[in-house]
Amino acid sequence: MSNIAPEITLCARNLTRRFGNITVIHNLSLELKRGEVLGLLGHNGAGKTTTLQMLTGCLLPDNAEKSECSIEICGIDLLRKPTLAKAHLGYLPETPPLYRELSVNDYLTFAARLRGMKSADVAGALTQTLQRCGLEAVGKKIIGTLSKGYQQRVGIAQAIIHSPAVIVLDEPTVGLDPAQIRGIRTLIRELGDTHSVILSTHLLGEVESVCDRVEIMQHGRLIYGDTSAHMRQHGNGKMSLEEVFLEITENHAAEELAL
Amino acid sequence: MIRLLALRELRSLFSMPSTWFILALLQFILAWFFLARVEAFLEIQPQLAQLANPPGVTTTVAAPMFNTVALLLMMLVPMFTMRLIAEERRNQTLTLLLSAPLSGLHIVLGKFIGLLTFLVVLVTGVPLMLYTLALGTQLDHGLLLSNMLGLLLLTASYIALGLYISALTTQPIIAAIGALAVLLGLWLADIGAVAENSPWHAISPLNHFQNFNNGLLDSSDAAFFVLFTTVFLLLTIQRLHNNRRYG
Repeated sequence: MSNIAPEITLCARNLTRRFGNITVIHNLSLELKRGEVLGLLGHNGAGKTTTLQMLTGCLLPDNAEKSECSIEICGIDLLRKPTLAKAHLGYLPETPPLYRELSVNDYLTFAARLRGMKSADVAGALTQTLQRCGLEAVGKKIIGTLSKGYQQRVGIAQAIIHSPAVIVLDEPTVGLDPAQIRGIRTLIRELGDTHSVILSTHLLGEVESVCDRVEIMQHGRLIYGDTSAHMRQHGNGKMSLEEVFLEITENHAAEELAL
Repeated sequence: MIRLLALRELRSLFSMPSTWFILALLQFILAWFFLARVEAFLEIQPQLAQLANPPGVTTTVAAPMFNTVALLLMMLVPMFTMRLIAEERRNQTLTLLLSAPLSGLHIVLGKFIGLLTFLVVLVTGVPLMLYTLALGTQLDHGLLLSNMLGLLLLTASYIALGLYISALTTQPIIAAIGALAVLLGLWLADIGAVAENSPWHAISPLNHFQNFNNGLLDSSDAAFFVLFTTVFLLLTIQRLHNNRRYG
């Protein structure tokens, strides 16, 4: 595996999205390889969530019909063959999409079947996912009665139960306590070995501890992209990651003003 | 896939106490109505017997009963359809369906069939009660079948309309009021229009049910229901697609 170039599991080119007159995403292009964890970093309102929504087919780019715009998942065109491409996707939106009246086991079984898993394989996947996300104890409980941290974990569980090639997580550690955050980060790291993970966050510590690569977003553009190790060296090793991030975004804002 | 979505819909419905409450209450009301009709029939039976061609028990008990169920469903269906899409949107669970490998057709048909199954279960009590009459008398099976078919088609058209209105909004309550307003409006326009050939009669589902209610199978009535249902299901699919387009 190591001597051949890892395959590209997600490739998005020239995504543009407008809401009314405001362009939220400008010509955004992204690539993700198998076995890579990509962190999408940015201030509030930078367009992270909108980008992830487009990558998962919940929102169409404005230029979806034009040939310059494309989203490919494992080589399948998401915009033209959505049902085929989405089988390789796992998505945790900002608010976990939970049916609160179902039990955890029922909900996860439904999520797995929904992504086209055979019912014979579901039982095994369910046990594995429950164990991975630390949900064994609450399998029979109704989701609505769980605490927010557990609900968030159920949200992550539904995104990975069918072991998709591309896992998209929108702020996965929101609402978790420090111990749980560490657990989830270890889990994401683990997932990153075999799958591709793209996660959005505004926590720099998260980027530092789990991401192989960072893309910084501002005003709907990717303004900086590098491996997280390189980013740390950006300030000659003297600055913390936080300072580097602030410097990059402020420089960019100043450049924009100058133009 | 459609079956999976329909089953999920049913499971969610039956996990809510309010569903069981409505189920129980409706059986009670229907049983009450049924017994009242049977009692009335027994009272006037001697007079009916003197007529040359007396109406039977099916005409005097079953037909009015189905008519009442049709009216009751008009009020009940919006209470169930309101949740279908509006609530998924409000709870953000719609994202799960939109990011899953499903087409709009799957989502819409899954929800439609799920709720239709539930409502069929809800009103099964009616034919069962009516068939208990077969213990003591001869029933007109043709009339009963035509009524059941009509009621099924009518329910399907109500659901399709409610589903579409539910897809237009994020608030289940607005979806319920909207669907109820449209259904009541169609009904009132129908009974309010005096002229025999008024176009209002043609677009009212309840008016098309009348022939089924009288035991008359008219293909144009059946075609109306199929068209009505299809149009609103297609509109819902389009609306879900626009959801992706306009956010």
